[in-house]
Amino acid sequence: MTSAALGKDLLGLEELSRDQIELVLDTAEPFKEVSERAIKKVPTLRGKTIVNLFYEPSTRTRISFEFAEKRLSADTVNIASSGSSVEKGETLVDTARNLEAMRIDMVVMRHPSSGAAKFLAERIPSNVINGGDGWHEHPTQALLDLLTIRGALGKISGVNVCICGDILHSRVARSNIWGLLKLGAQVALCGPPSLMPSGIEDLGVKVFRRIEEAIEWADALNVLRLQLERMKAGFIPSLAEYNRIFGVTQGRLDRAKKDPLILHPGPINRGVEIDSRVADGPNSVILRQVTNGIAIRMAVLYLLAGGRPDSAELSKS
Amino acid sequence: MNPPENSLDILDAGEISRALERMAGEIGALAGGTDNVVLIGIQRRGVELAERLGGLIQTTRGPVPLGALDITLYRDDLQAIGPAPVVGETRIPMDLTDRFVVIVDDVLYTGRTVRAAMDELRDFGRPGRIALCVLIDRGGRELPIQADIVGHFVEVGSRDRVDVLIQEVDGVDSVRVVRGSGR
Amino acid sequence: MKPVLIRNGRIVDPSRGRDEVANLLILDGKIEAVGADVGAPDGADIVDAAGKVVAPGFIDVHVHLREPGGEESETIATGARSAAAGGFTGICAMPNTNPVTDNAAAVGFVLKQAAAAGGARVYPIATISVGQKGQQLAPMGGLVDAGAVAVSDDGFPVMSSHLMRTALEYAQTFDIPVADHCEDQALAGGSMHEGLMSTRLGLKGIPSAAEDIMVARDVLLAELTGGHVHICHCSTVNSVEIVRRGKENGVKVTAEVTPHHLTLTDEACAGYNTDAKMNPPLRRPADVEAVRAGLKDGTLDVIATDHAPHHYESKERDFDEAPFGIVGLETALSVGVTALVEEGVLTLSALIDRMSCMPARIFHLDGGTLAPGKPADVVVFDPHAKWTVDPGAFQSRSRNSPYAGWEVMGRVERTFVGGRIVYHAAGQ
Repeated sequence: MTSAALGKDLLGLEELSRDQIELVLDTAEPFKEVSERAIKKVPTLRGKTIVNLFYEPSTRTRISFEFAEKRLSADTVNIASSGSSVEKGETLVDTARNLEAMRIDMVVMRHPSSGAAKFLAERIPSNVINGGDGWHEHPTQALLDLLTIRGALGKISGVNVCICGDILHSRVARSNIWGLLKLGAQVALCGPPSLMPSGIEDLGVKVFRRIEEAIEWADALNVLRLQLERMKAGFIPSLAEYNRIFGVTQGRLDRAKKDPLILHPGPINRGVEIDSRVADGPNSVILRQVTNGIAIRMAVLYLLAGGRPDSAELSKS
Repeated sequence: MNPPENSLDILDAGEISRALERMAGEIGALAGGTDNVVLIGIQRRGVELAERLGGLIQTTRGPVPLGALDITLYRDDLQAIGPAPVVGETRIPMDLTDRFVVIVDDVLYTGRTVRAAMDELRDFGRPGRIALCVLIDRGGRELPIQADIVGHFVEVGSRDRVDVLIQEVDGVDSVRVVRGSGR
Repeated sequence: MKPVLIRNGRIVDPSRGRDEVANLLILDGKIEAVGADVGAPDGADIVDAAGKVVAPGFIDVHVHLREPGGEESETIATGARSAAAGGFTGICAMPNTNPVTDNAAAVGFVLKQAAAAGGARVYPIATISVGQKGQQLAPMGGLVDAGAVAVSDDGFPVMSSHLMRTALEYAQTFDIPVADHCEDQALAGGSMHEGLMSTRLGLKGIPSAAEDIMVARDVLLAELTGGHVHICHCSTVNSVEIVRRGKENGVKVTAEVTPHHLTLTDEACAGYNTDAKMNPPLRRPADVEAVRAGLKDGTLDVIATDHAPHHYESKERDFDEAPFGIVGLETALSVGVTALVEEGVLTLSALIDRMSCMPARIFHLDGGTLAPGKPADVVVFDPHAKWTVDPGAFQSRSRNSPYAGWEVMGRVERTFVGGRIVYHAAGQ
């Protein structure tokens, strides 16, 4: 059991082993049941103080974490900060010191700089959960994606999963790549070359030039949100062009032989990266992802909060 | 599977079977009939024992609903027990309000598991009555908890462990005392 | 000043092709004589250099001293002393201070502070453009008269080809090099090398092409104008190749490389280590190979540290926000000995040549030689001494070094500037 234990923090999937990832997925199952009860609360983290430290605006991830925390009976505090880029660095160190002084048990952090969660985790004894750091990782999102795929297809090993969209700027993509590879999936990426990161094939993934090829190949498509800023920054000519060339449209799916599972981290840009009919269609598991999200986050909080590895003495019953 | 060297089997399959038959009868007597009874087994082996009791009751009085309860999330000692154990399945067949709930477990010792089970059951309704039915009561209570129905009382030292092995999980029916290893 | 006899050291003077055990006599601040039978006059200090190397003091043509404006990270005095501790008898101070060194008074200030410091000689480098804004040429003549030995907008590239051309033409009047930080700003904006490592860390990368493009432009402009362009901190395969071909074609291009680009790759950024963040960034093994080969065959003329001190607090932040730069004066020799000489990439003589003789030559500075009659800028070091790098013990005010904890070989024992001891290792 000790080899699968998570350690103090959850910073990313790159450093987790296959066993650790499966532990999180397996632990999430009973938490799904808690969310189905009339009283959606268990006393497991009663008295724990958890701070949601969000330096980037986020509604759905923050709410998902908040529900997870409250359903575990923890006390939560939300800090939303939009500090200027000049002050960001100072704020982080001082924030770490303040959190330590307040004896916060756990911190969920989202920050625009890659490495920010690790920066904080190295400086405070609290458990740190990375809710998304820059372009680097968003581990709970990937974990809930894995849980959703496993739930729908029965397994992950040997499954063809293609992540579509702006891979360059996507922490969801990176975390998914690590998680899928470790659990034995075949991983491919598809998107405009101007939004494909350097050297990505060296991680062991395929790259498709055209979305039609990806749809032909995939058992599951994880469609990433395309941000308006990318067009403004000149990475792609326009959103309309993006939809025409790379959009996951009903027409393309109709012409394909398979019926791939459709995932999306949300929020959906209907008509840009994905058509409404696809997002709302029979193969879409987008809403299941949301449900699984709370269960995964409860599982992560539970596993990180649960005891010290050195006192493995089981209590008497 | 050979028992470890410092252990002693104190009940065999036959004795366990006879105990369960008696316990099934006592459930009916205690509840004044089994129409309103719900058997809830505590993970892990309590679940299988509850199923056996349910089977025995069914042959004499008719079927009773069965449930399973995992109390890991309600433990009062989550910090001390080391790497978080995997949480098992909780399966409660209906709203428990006004029901006669019989909690079934393999060994009753400090009483903390039962305490956690009662906390958890509250979240599934307000039972009319909760009764406790255990195969082995080994004393050593740390909370004011008592069993209404007991298969066998066993006296052991505080550093000894009492293990209930059952066919469905362990491949054999046996109650075993393991000396001196503590818990 | 008392005469000094440095006795029985291994005298390595690439400027005169000498490598032999001999004595060196310093008189009135100058090298008086070098030879096996050179003796000490009465009252001379004797320095026993048996088993040590005696070489012309090192010269670093690319150093950032943070005075005025950034004194918490380094001052001219602490920088000059840090240099002396590293065996440097001369350093060139880049002008990107606050305010920048773009006028005669600022140049004078640097010289004045340096004189008071009593460490290595400090040669001011002035800006190419006013305010380093890249638009208008700074008053080069006045700056040179005040004491500037070169011009550079380092910290920033000279994006305007017109400005660079003009600077290269105009500088010929004063026979000074125009040093460029080669980086195409339109491709810049990242915080580390663009490659697999930056992809894994989720950091925006700076592609090698950003440097290559400007190196090519500068070499072509030097060819067009006949001027002397000096390429700062070369770090890529292509930069080396472009400089090599430029030299083959007779272009007046010189180039420098840092100890860190000779030894580290982008893997050093793992874990978001901000002490591995600098510009140009650490790159791939192939780039390290290329710059080593370039240093060896003379394509890259000198080793220059690009010593960039930053107060620890400014580096104690997330990778994107941390400033670029690492210190290097106090580890340059050791890194050179450990990673280049001991691994057979360079001979000790070649290392000294690239750290002393060549810098003096390409920037037209005194020093870089132990010829009699020349100023006695001498370093005595133990090439075999082993020690562990501890930035906490640096003379520099800053600690930002990726070599913290490294076991290295080669340690400076004494540094002389003009015959005076400016550094003396503890316990010697």
